[in-house]
Amino acid sequence: MAVHIPYIDKPNPVTGVTNAKLGVWLFLASEVMLFGALFSALITLRMGVSDWPHGYDVLNVPLATLNTVVLIFSSVTVVMSWAALKMNNLKQFKTYMGLTLLMSFIFLGVKAVEYGTKFSHGISPATSNFYAIYFVITGLHGLHILGGIIVNGYLLGPGSKMWQSEPERFTGRIECAGLYWHFVDLVWIFLFPILYLL
Amino acid sequence: MSHHEMPFWKKYIFSTDHKVIGLQYGITATFFLLFGFFLMILMRWQLAYPGVEIPLIGRAISETGALTPELYNALGAMHGTIMIFLGVVPMGVGAFGNYLVPLQVGACDMAFPKLNMMSYWVYFVGGVIMMLSFLMPGGAAASGWTSYPPLSVISNNAQTVWLLSMVFLITSSLLGSVNTITTAIQLRAKGLTFMRWPIHVWAQVTTAFLLLLAFPPLEGAAVLQLADRVFGSSFFLPSGLVVSGEKLAVAGGGNPLLWQHLFWFLAHPEVYVLILPAVGVICEIVSTFCRKPLYGYKTMVYSILFLGFMSFVVWAHHMFMTGMGVTLSSFFQATTMIISIPSVIILTTLLLTLWGASIRFTVPMLFALAFLPMLAIGGLTGLPLGLTASDIHLHDTYYVIGHFHYVVAPGTLFALMAGVYFWYPKITGRYMNETLGKIHFWVSFVSINCVFMPMFLMGSKGVSRRMYDQTQYSYGAATQSWNVVMSTAAFVLLLAQIPFVWNMFTAWKTGKKVQNDNPWEATTLEWAASSPPPHENFPTPVEVYRNPYTYSSTTRKVLPQFNPQEA
Repeated sequence: MAVHIPYIDKPNPVTGVTNAKLGVWLFLASEVMLFGALFSALITLRMGVSDWPHGYDVLNVPLATLNTVVLIFSSVTVVMSWAALKMNNLKQFKTYMGLTLLMSFIFLGVKAVEYGTKFSHGISPATSNFYAIYFVITGLHGLHILGGIIVNGYLLGPGSKMWQSEPERFTGRIECAGLYWHFVDLVWIFLFPILYLL
Repeated sequence: MSHHEMPFWKKYIFSTDHKVIGLQYGITATFFLLFGFFLMILMRWQLAYPGVEIPLIGRAISETGALTPELYNALGAMHGTIMIFLGVVPMGVGAFGNYLVPLQVGACDMAFPKLNMMSYWVYFVGGVIMMLSFLMPGGAAASGWTSYPPLSVISNNAQTVWLLSMVFLITSSLLGSVNTITTAIQLRAKGLTFMRWPIHVWAQVTTAFLLLLAFPPLEGAAVLQLADRVFGSSFFLPSGLVVSGEKLAVAGGGNPLLWQHLFWFLAHPEVYVLILPAVGVICEIVSTFCRKPLYGYKTMVYSILFLGFMSFVVWAHHMFMTGMGVTLSSFFQATTMIISIPSVIILTTLLLTLWGASIRFTVPMLFALAFLPMLAIGGLTGLPLGLTASDIHLHDTYYVIGHFHYVVAPGTLFALMAGVYFWYPKITGRYMNETLGKIHFWVSFVSINCVFMPMFLMGSKGVSRRMYDQTQYSYGAATQSWNVVMSTAAFVLLLAQIPFVWNMFTAWKTGKKVQNDNPWEATTLEWAASSPPPHENFPTPVEVYRNPYTYSSTTRKVLPQFNPQEA
């Protein structure tokens, strides 16, 4: 019953990409529009009021800087894990993918500390629109991190069995997961200066 | 092959076959279309006979048997939402796109079959959630399909359910559009270059791009409105908002116009999501039954692409009256005038295809021929709305309703019905009944015009589109007789759908069998497959030898894309 769909593991010679890679790029395009809309909303709200606070006055910049470093490091390790597969080294792949996961958990931990402090000071989305957009954008970004953890965790765990049967397809999957992970990282790179430093 | 032994639930319920999923979309969307129509019938009764008990079911709805103003509002909101997001889009994009795009590019299935199944079920869950909102205390969401704040933010809990359902529907569209684009680009048969794509494929791919890029901002906006409603933020609530005589206890500083911008950034491309698949369907049908090539294939392709692109920069023409400023209005007025150019080109090329053709007046062709003037009326009546000066008078009147219903109802829906009659022999191996089809067509065609044409007259007299009972105002009472005409026509239109639905279900077993796999003598790849197409569509890979819509210059016979014979 399995349908024989072409270009799952090898790229289509005309377009130069596999189905999954094209699909992921299209998905990321829509993600750009999603976060783009939220950033536009932020700009509109900010233009509309006179008392918009500076991020560095009310948010924890050192913790966010730590998180920036953590995410950039995880972007490096996810590439390394893909490169390891390209060099036929499954063990090294697992080390780097494990590091990527570790970084993602550290990121979420730091974020939880940040959120916890805000809540303990009685600050919520109802406090002001600055905090409201802060919680929505970082919250949605956090959900994307969580999605990445699920995908990467699957590929590191049960999903890695595919390496034995279809190595090329598995490497392709890691590449797609990596593209997504870079995107999530990139969102933070925009989000960090706009929310924390301006 | 092993798939013959698949259990029922796997073959027909949780199937990954694009054809089964396409039919699932089609049947579910048909249900929602009829349901949305039924809601409107209730409203039309109220409009024609204000405060009179609804026959048969009135007592089940309210104590007096008539619609209450609150229920009228809720039905209005749900009619729009259901028709657009649960009816027409799933029919045009979900059903036609899923069933036809893989066949027309010569693929064995969609590029991501499991994702395809998921997008149907996410849509299904979204639909169920939307239906459940009728059971909420206080009734279904009542802030219109546009859900404008601040009204929507401070309205009853059903609005939260509405937003939740929208998140599901948007996710479903997103998965579907990734799948359609990837399939159409990656899985093309040998020889099928982009410029040999049937127009329907071009239309579906353009539509998928619109869904892919325009829907996420609405998803973002839905998240913001959810935050406003659930977490007490005030993204869309301005400072000092007074509700029922009391100042609302929120932080304020929000901007109601922000929602409108985000909403229309989706909802204008959405208009083209509704119309483009219909245009694609019509091109296939017109070229087949005219027995001559489609006039200006390339012109058509570039027009569709330009239309898709321009649809992203016209959204604020829905907001001329919001006070957003003259500069912005002028910009959007100019882009709106520009976008009418490719639309006119598309209609003109179709008309030129009819020129000198030996037309076969089959049922699908009748619907296609009716589509052309209907879309023209819908499109041309849009121009006075797109000009800021005339919009001041026409804005928020019945004229607007008349305008967009001409595009979507006798426009898109007629095209999709034409498509059902046209591809039914491919899907089932049997024709739909011709006589029933003609009854369906003629009664629908006359009655649908009697429903929507008077709206232009009422609108130019200034009757507001949101009135529960217009006889309460002297200027409204003057045109009340039109409401009786429109409502009667709407009831007739509902009756006219009975032969269609009956035909659709009975012809499956009893319809006249097709004589071969290409009964209409069409040119595109789906007619190379057997009827119905088997699992994996083509037992041996098909190859494409020429452009679609080709006829031999010597014998004048049709030359399908998959026919290796020399022209």
